[in-house]
Amino acid sequence: MGFLRFLQGSGKLLIRGNRAYWLWVGALLVAIAIGLAGYAKQYRVGLIATNMRDQITWAFYVGNFTFLVGVAAAAVLLVVPAYVYQWKPLKEVVVLGELLAISALTMCLLFILVDMGRPDRLLHILPIPGIGTPNWPRSLLAWDALVLNLYLAVNLVVAAHVLYKQFQGQPYNKKLFVPLVLLSIPMAVGIHTVTAFLYNGMAARPYWNASILAPRFIASAFCSGPAVLLILFQILRKTTGLEIKDEAFFKIAELMAYAMFFNLFLLGAELFKEYYSSTEHLLYTRYYWQGIGEHKALVPFAWLALGCSVASFLLFLIPATRRNWVTLNIGAVLIWAGVYIEKGMGLVVPGMTPDTLGEIYEYTPTANEWMVALGVFGVGFLVFTVLVKIAVPILQGTFSAASSGPAPGLTR
Amino acid sequence: MTAPGRSKLPVVQPGAQSRRQFLRTAAGGTAAAALGACGIEDLVRSHIHELSKEDLNRIIARLEKKYSETYGKSVTVATNAAMPGVEFGYGLDLSRCIGCRRCVYACVKENNQSRRNPQIQWIRVLEMEKERGVDLVHADPYYQAELVPRPGHFYMPVQCQQCRHPPCTKVCPVKATWSEPDGIVVIDYDWCIGCRCCTAACPYGARKFNWAEPQLPSEEMNPVTHYLGNRPRMRGVVEKCTFCIQRSRVGRYPACVEICPVGARKFGNLLDPKSEIREVMDRKRVFVFKEDLATEPRFYYFYAT
Amino acid sequence: MAIRARVALAVLAVLAGAAALPAPAADPSQKGKRAAAAPAAARAASEDGGELIQAQAPPFSEGIFPCTQCHQKPGDPKRRELVFHEEIQQSFHHDSENRWCLDCHSNANRDMLHLSGGALVPFTESYRLCGQCHGDKYRDWRAGVHGKRVGMWNGKKIYLLCVNCHNPHAPRFKPLKPEPAPVRPQEMKP
Repeated sequence: MGFLRFLQGSGKLLIRGNRAYWLWVGALLVAIAIGLAGYAKQYRVGLIATNMRDQITWAFYVGNFTFLVGVAAAAVLLVVPAYVYQWKPLKEVVVLGELLAISALTMCLLFILVDMGRPDRLLHILPIPGIGTPNWPRSLLAWDALVLNLYLAVNLVVAAHVLYKQFQGQPYNKKLFVPLVLLSIPMAVGIHTVTAFLYNGMAARPYWNASILAPRFIASAFCSGPAVLLILFQILRKTTGLEIKDEAFFKIAELMAYAMFFNLFLLGAELFKEYYSSTEHLLYTRYYWQGIGEHKALVPFAWLALGCSVASFLLFLIPATRRNWVTLNIGAVLIWAGVYIEKGMGLVVPGMTPDTLGEIYEYTPTANEWMVALGVFGVGFLVFTVLVKIAVPILQGTFSAASSGPAPGLTR
Repeated sequence: MTAPGRSKLPVVQPGAQSRRQFLRTAAGGTAAAALGACGIEDLVRSHIHELSKEDLNRIIARLEKKYSETYGKSVTVATNAAMPGVEFGYGLDLSRCIGCRRCVYACVKENNQSRRNPQIQWIRVLEMEKERGVDLVHADPYYQAELVPRPGHFYMPVQCQQCRHPPCTKVCPVKATWSEPDGIVVIDYDWCIGCRCCTAACPYGARKFNWAEPQLPSEEMNPVTHYLGNRPRMRGVVEKCTFCIQRSRVGRYPACVEICPVGARKFGNLLDPKSEIREVMDRKRVFVFKEDLATEPRFYYFYAT
Repeated sequence: MAIRARVALAVLAVLAGAAALPAPAADPSQKGKRAAAAPAAARAASEDGGELIQAQAPPFSEGIFPCTQCHQKPGDPKRRELVFHEEIQQSFHHDSENRWCLDCHSNANRDMLHLSGGALVPFTESYRLCGQCHGDKYRDWRAGVHGKRVGMWNGKKIYLLCVNCHNPHAPRFKPLKPEPAPVRPQEMKP
């Protein structure tokens, strides 16, 4: 009964919004429609609609997946400084972080689904006798499937519990909440480490077969993930009166600067090793930063990503620019862009160029791949929008079982 | 009507899953047949290692019917298990290969690969320069020439190395690919989910993906197939050389060995000291490709002269 | 003239390296047409101690064998330019500085070849002759390391004589036209 009210109330919340809200939702729906059109073609003709071939067998979809796992991990990692620095409201930060993680994980799972040759056989990974045979413990991809879904489950349970309890005006169960939140922290590190190990374990690809990969993943996740929350919290402060101190923002940005420093340091270490030892393995790094012969498709993006990363590092490091809202937001966008390139296409494609038999096939995504990726991002951001639109009024107390619905004037 | 070598896979212990017990009853059998008819059985069947003999027979019969109808010829799908006391080894004489690519096309004909969009070839012949030696960076698989061998060049064909420590079977998330007792690394095309982790993990570029529905003209289709070998594949799954499992498990040489005009390819049982491959190892110096990766291939290169 | 064409055809047939060669026919009535059958004694031990190998038929051009159709008596053993078989002599490229026809073909009996010690060997055992100079290739061939075999890796195989692949008068393998290159990945489209 209370649940029905909850659903009704949520529905009302979702359809009430100002122009900015509807423009945003409209744009997302258009993106999703484009994605569906793209996927329809891919479903009809097969993955040959992408530019992936045997020589470059993972590319845009898997690159996006990798980046988004980092975002999902980082969203929850924010809990740690929030707790340490005693940000208020801590609970809001945690819950919103989890909602971002849920949205990011949705996108991760969708990217995997659109990349699979036989999505109709997804059940084969389930550990249910007679249905699936996951290859534990040897296959990192089987582990990834497990930990990502577990992490999604943990986030869903915690967020749903806290929000629904608050909706009902009851205290949430600390005995459930605290251990699960504490568990979600090593899980966040875990999911991204498992994803890193997926690449790391392949001896066939020397570019990935570097011990430095897992630390780099964590560092770059921590830089990029919180950027979305930085922007979101500012919007929420303005539109819903959610109270978050300025200091919280600046602290997040400062921590992101340190994470980016570590990321850049690790990059420097990798570059030294490749260029100084100068073995045949240098080719992959060289393809990314300089190109090989006339094959230079990724070079502008390599330097763009580096530029964005260094610029955002400086913007977040220098207190004057960190504490300026304009430069802070520019920094957030730049850091997201830099890591997106470096960890998406910048990780996957150079790992396979040249391929295992020395062939260079230059990959760039097809229009179809852009469309599908746009659709997946549309779904992810729509999920996030819906979740936040319902969650924030609950957190503020304006949407609860006690009131007959959301109070007017606070539904933007 | 059972073809020779059928149903040698071990029978699952009774009393396992209730679903299988249900299927064993008459009603269940009818239901299963009905399920199979509309292709739903494809979605709910188990991994091949968990199937009972009856389930497997039924699946094979259905496949044979489907392929025979599709290609308009009488197609057989064998399920021969590995011969005991056999571990296959392959030898490739780099001093003799002239790069004529007849092996590539004999393989395609024998093993029913897709002919175009995607064009799948399990063997890739790399042309290299004698001055540089074996050097992948400067290797060229796309060489065209009026006559081969071209002066100053030599040729190195690469196909699945049937490793003893295969990276591909390690990374497959659903156990769709595994090593058989006779050393052949096989794929169950009906279990593969098409994630292409194995393709990324293979150091030899041996695994090929069906990026679209395979184009296999009926008149070119080879109807003598093995479940784990050359039966027609479907889109979205991975495939690769299986040492012509449909031939080698009945004692025949693989197609590439037989077609090579210069006798550069050697094949046999590594466990038999008198086999040709063991003679090669004894008389010549064999080496393996990318030995630093410790995959321990069963595919040996050598120079006879 | 017709024979020259037939010899050329035989050379081409050898170089094609056909995959599915039929098993040797054992019909003695075919003896005049082609000495295809390895005689029943093929499995007996030979003088060099090695077991004889049953192999494919020697690639004679049609009608050329038996040679004693024309060569009933021994001929002039001196090295000279020939009037008949001149097309073979002109394309002869097998240590031509030091060797000529009668170094392999027996002058006394043209239906046979001869080893350096004088022993006669039939055309179906020509590998013994090749093996005199090319000992390492011969040993490799007997073990299956050199040259092509078809059939069963664990059973019956079809062996080829040296001359089934190497024209004894110009043994070097001629280059072949390669099959087409693979399609490049960017050329595969939906």
